[in-house]
Amino acid sequence: MDLITEKIKKTSLSTKQDRFGKFISVSALVLIAAIVVLIFGFVLTRGLATFTTNKISVSDFLFGTNWNPSVVDKKTGMPGVGALPLILGSLAVTFLAAIIATPFAIGTAVFMTEIAKKRGAKIMQPVIELLVGIPSVVYGVIGLTVVVPAIRSIFGGTGLGILSGTIVLFVMILPTITSMTVDTLKGVPRHYRESALAIGATRWQMIYKVILRAATPGILTAIVFGMARAFGEALAVQMVIGNSATMPDSLVSPAATLTSVLTMGIGNTVMGSLQNNVLWSLAMILLLMSLIFNIVIRLIGRKGELK
Amino acid sequence: MKAKTADKIATGVIYGIAASVAFVLIAMLAFILVRGLPHLSWHFLTAAARSFEAGGGIGIQLFNSFYLLILALLISFPIALGAAIYLNEYAKPSLFITIVRTAIEVMSSLPSVVVGLFGFLIFVVKFHLGFSILSGAIALTIFNLPILTRSIETSLSQIPNLQREAGAALGLSRFETVIHVILPASVPSIVTGVVISAGRVFGEAAALIYTAGQSAPTLDFTDWNPFNLASPLSPFRPAETLAVHIWKINSEGIMPDLSAVSAGASAVLIIVVLLFNFSARRLGNLLYKKLTNS
Repeated sequence: MDLITEKIKKTSLSTKQDRFGKFISVSALVLIAAIVVLIFGFVLTRGLATFTTNKISVSDFLFGTNWNPSVVDKKTGMPGVGALPLILGSLAVTFLAAIIATPFAIGTAVFMTEIAKKRGAKIMQPVIELLVGIPSVVYGVIGLTVVVPAIRSIFGGTGLGILSGTIVLFVMILPTITSMTVDTLKGVPRHYRESALAIGATRWQMIYKVILRAATPGILTAIVFGMARAFGEALAVQMVIGNSATMPDSLVSPAATLTSVLTMGIGNTVMGSLQNNVLWSLAMILLLMSLIFNIVIRLIGRKGELK
Repeated sequence: MKAKTADKIATGVIYGIAASVAFVLIAMLAFILVRGLPHLSWHFLTAAARSFEAGGGIGIQLFNSFYLLILALLISFPIALGAAIYLNEYAKPSLFITIVRTAIEVMSSLPSVVVGLFGFLIFVVKFHLGFSILSGAIALTIFNLPILTRSIETSLSQIPNLQREAGAALGLSRFETVIHVILPASVPSIVTGVVISAGRVFGEAAALIYTAGQSAPTLDFTDWNPFNLASPLSPFRPAETLAVHIWKINSEGIMPDLSAVSAGASAVLIIVVLLFNFSARRLGNLLYKKLTNS
């Protein structure tokens, strides 16, 4: 009798296994969360060192126009730590690329979901998937061997600059925006289309006045996603932008972005020095921007839900 | 009448846009392959790179890329699998889950250069691992984890709840159901997801520049003891991958046959990545047929 009660009351083998499995899987989850916290913790502490240890003022850093951390400016007696040219460079390529990519992405997505469904699935779907798969250095190589010489021969100069960066990024983020837009358009209920057509709308009127309106929050999310990717892209941009950290005054003269300065500089500075700390501050800006893009995506999502 | 003309014009424009996107892809692939394929040879694929003279290859870089990929998958797959199992099978809506999901989302949108810098700070500098395969593999793991977790979670969520109920009805614990019912059923789509993420990892360079390093020391391919620095298997040696090599020679290369090496290496990179992408779905379907006898 005792034996049976004991056996029933005792935790069974499968319960133990279940607890073990649950423990293992939850620790994997905790590990991922911990990595994210660590990344933010370390990059923020290093990035803030510029302002705490080196006593650089935040406004000098954000709005200064002279980027040359290894040289002390004679006028101000301070090293050139103005990151504005880099921030502007990053924002310029990001926004320009998104502006060019958006009509192409929406057009392709509409083609795939509304106009030629069969060909869309057969031809355009693989095209988009292949474009997503192409590594960013390859985009950089193509930019360097095709885009830069083309711009050089049209506008003169070196061909390196914001325009080249924009074109390379445009092709890079196009598949991202397109595939997300396709998902949104597919999510527009069928009866929207049927009702529009039933009251006599042409196909274009249906697309323009009903489907695209209904899908606007999703399309905006897609664009912001593309911009986040463009803002954080490093190597492809670094290869074609020219890496000259001066205030960008034209689209076809060499410029620099946050990521390009980071990739070029971090290996050439000594850990803990001012030159190194300001680079970490740039990384911090990148991190915060990616957070801001995330928040914007959430806000759009919430606003879309309310409707 | 006006609406109809507008419709026709718009349709034409949309056709034009779709065609131009397809054209851009085809032109890019053709450009890379036409320029690169003539330079491919057994010698190019196996020889060591040369910095100052012509005739170098990409052998070591190619090996490094695959080795790093395998290590990164070995580390990231179990973690991603565990996380996905918890998220899909155990998790109930709670603050913890919301936080973790946000963390994964934030992680997936981290710029890869930031991931690389974090790896540089922690593993290369703090843990004194130096530029090494291990540092690179961990950086790639961080880069890969959110994508892989999400794709495995999607695979698991596609298994109908009927299967879980059947498992429970047979008296299996949740864990046993997952191991014996859910996982085997989702193997094909998990494999597809892993191979697709492998393609992304293979082409990644920004996360590796400051973790696995930008140099490829000569390897002794007869020495397979992982604790010797010259051994190809050693996780503590610096290892420039193919993608990093392409970036490096294009930004500061000085060898005379630079454009040939760059074109050939780009072609190899593209071919491998495309192979991953193509085989992903094929492999999944094949496994599905094998496993379900259908």
